[in-house]
Amino acid sequence: MSAVITREEATKAPTGLQPPRKKRRWTSFVLPVYSALVILYLILPILIMILYGFNASGPKRVSFRWLGFSLYGYSHLFAKPDLTAALKNSLIIAVVSTIIATALGTLIALALVRYRFRARTASDFVLFLNIAAPEIVLGASLLSLFVTFGVPRGMGTIIISHVMFNIAYVTVTVRARLAGFDRHLEEAAQDLGAGPWSTFLKVTLPLIWPGVLAGGLLAFALSIDDFVITNFNAGTAQTFPLWVYGAVKVGIPPQVFVMGTLIFAVGVLIAVVNVFAQRRKA
Amino acid sequence: MEQRVAARVQLVSKPRTRLGRRLAPYLLMLPGGLWLLIFFLIPILFMLSVSLQTGNLEEGFRQSWHFSRYIDVFNQYRPQFIRSFAFGSIATAITLVVAYPLAYWIAFHGGRHKTTFLFLLLLPFFVSFVIRTLAWQFILSDNGIVLGTLKSWHLLPHTFHVLATRTAVISGIAYNFLPFMALPLYVALERIDRQVVEAASDLYASKREVFLRVIFPLSIPGVFAGVLLTFVPAVGDYVNAAILGGTNTTMIGNIIQLEYLQNFHYPVAAALSFILMFVLLIGIFLYARVLGTRNIEEYV
Repeated sequence: MSAVITREEATKAPTGLQPPRKKRRWTSFVLPVYSALVILYLILPILIMILYGFNASGPKRVSFRWLGFSLYGYSHLFAKPDLTAALKNSLIIAVVSTIIATALGTLIALALVRYRFRARTASDFVLFLNIAAPEIVLGASLLSLFVTFGVPRGMGTIIISHVMFNIAYVTVTVRARLAGFDRHLEEAAQDLGAGPWSTFLKVTLPLIWPGVLAGGLLAFALSIDDFVITNFNAGTAQTFPLWVYGAVKVGIPPQVFVMGTLIFAVGVLIAVVNVFAQRRKA
Repeated sequence: MEQRVAARVQLVSKPRTRLGRRLAPYLLMLPGGLWLLIFFLIPILFMLSVSLQTGNLEEGFRQSWHFSRYIDVFNQYRPQFIRSFAFGSIATAITLVVAYPLAYWIAFHGGRHKTTFLFLLLLPFFVSFVIRTLAWQFILSDNGIVLGTLKSWHLLPHTFHVLATRTAVISGIAYNFLPFMALPLYVALERIDRQVVEAASDLYASKREVFLRVIFPLSIPGVFAGVLLTFVPAVGDYVNAAILGGTNTTMIGNIIQLEYLQNFHYPVAAALSFILMFVLLIGIFLYARVLGTRNIEEYV
């Protein structure tokens, strides 16, 4: 609230001070409350997931009703072997595909930011197309490729598909952070006699590291949670989201919500730590 | 200035690097570009090719160039197409209406905590899509913690039932794609030059006029981008319909998944998903025509 009288107040003052002041205060509450409600709405399913991980409905399936508080899901986290195996697959796929996608995506981002070359607009378009295209099209078309060449679907094809959709996200993230990159630092290093490799390792990489890390974390999160593209290219292999989807009609065991909660918690923790670490560096 | 430094660097360094400097961008793009080419662009062409084949899993497929397949497929699944477009449109409209005020508030009144609010907006993405939709199944279940409590307080009739209805599916789609709409809107609103807004106020525009005649028109590129990024994936979604819907809410995505993974009718499935891709391309083309090609990548 400013101490200065607005034009509206000044012109309305003769008709009485109370109504205009009340109206100003009321309307200035609407947007923040609305935004809080929307954010609450966004978070609601997460809260339900966390809450129902504690639902005391037994080992087979989580019931829709709230039946009391229990730590069964946490104490018997690995009681279901196929679910645990699916989770392990998800982690392996996420680690491998993140490393590859981050490397490839960073290289592309470097090329796009630092150089002006003919293929640049086309590359921008391809990257945008990759991100905007519905996952079902990405997954189905890749499956068409595998089917045409008789490639058996399994962990390998899943990793290929994850790298495919993650490259664009890494590129976009790294590129955003590269915007303020000062090329003179690199050229100064070269002026001082550093070859291209040393320049890259000792000057470029440390400078772009925050962006690369952010891109990598994004790729990891997207990979662990991906469902549609994985569904099309998995064959008989199982990942965590695939397993959950398969269990929807049968019954969701409590471990699913617990694992979801833990993945969420770890993800948030890493993101928050990342933000604080960057603020400290700056 | 940069040219002088660059020229000096070229004099000092070995002659080999001059060629390296020209090839550098292409070399950098090579591994990633190749990956995208082989596993993203070319598969789309393969999908086109598969859609024009005939045959089945036992006998094998052969290229038959039946372009009429597209028309046949569209007629065969017309209810699902119409339903998907309807659900997608409604869900996109809902996300636009819900997200716009939020994006406006964060952009104009977020202040120092803008990043925190954006982080909160992205929080759902830390949980898998499937689990989020599953959680909605729990929220909307007849006697779960939400509806059950409301019913026991007699705020809702005991026969109130929302799972397996169109409402549930549309709400699920709207929820899941809300950030896809909110982020481009935020980017567009953030970018509006505050001095222009101030100038409008200085010229005696009321707050409503400032919004309707300055802020909203300037945010239209973001609206368009948000609609594009929300509508096309929403139409192709099938998880919401599968988890929250029933037998009369199947969408085109469910059909594509069914034909690909259970029936192995690859040509039909490929034709369907190509139609979806085509709609996206039309959307991008329209955006480029109406608003210019420069900006669309920035909204991602």
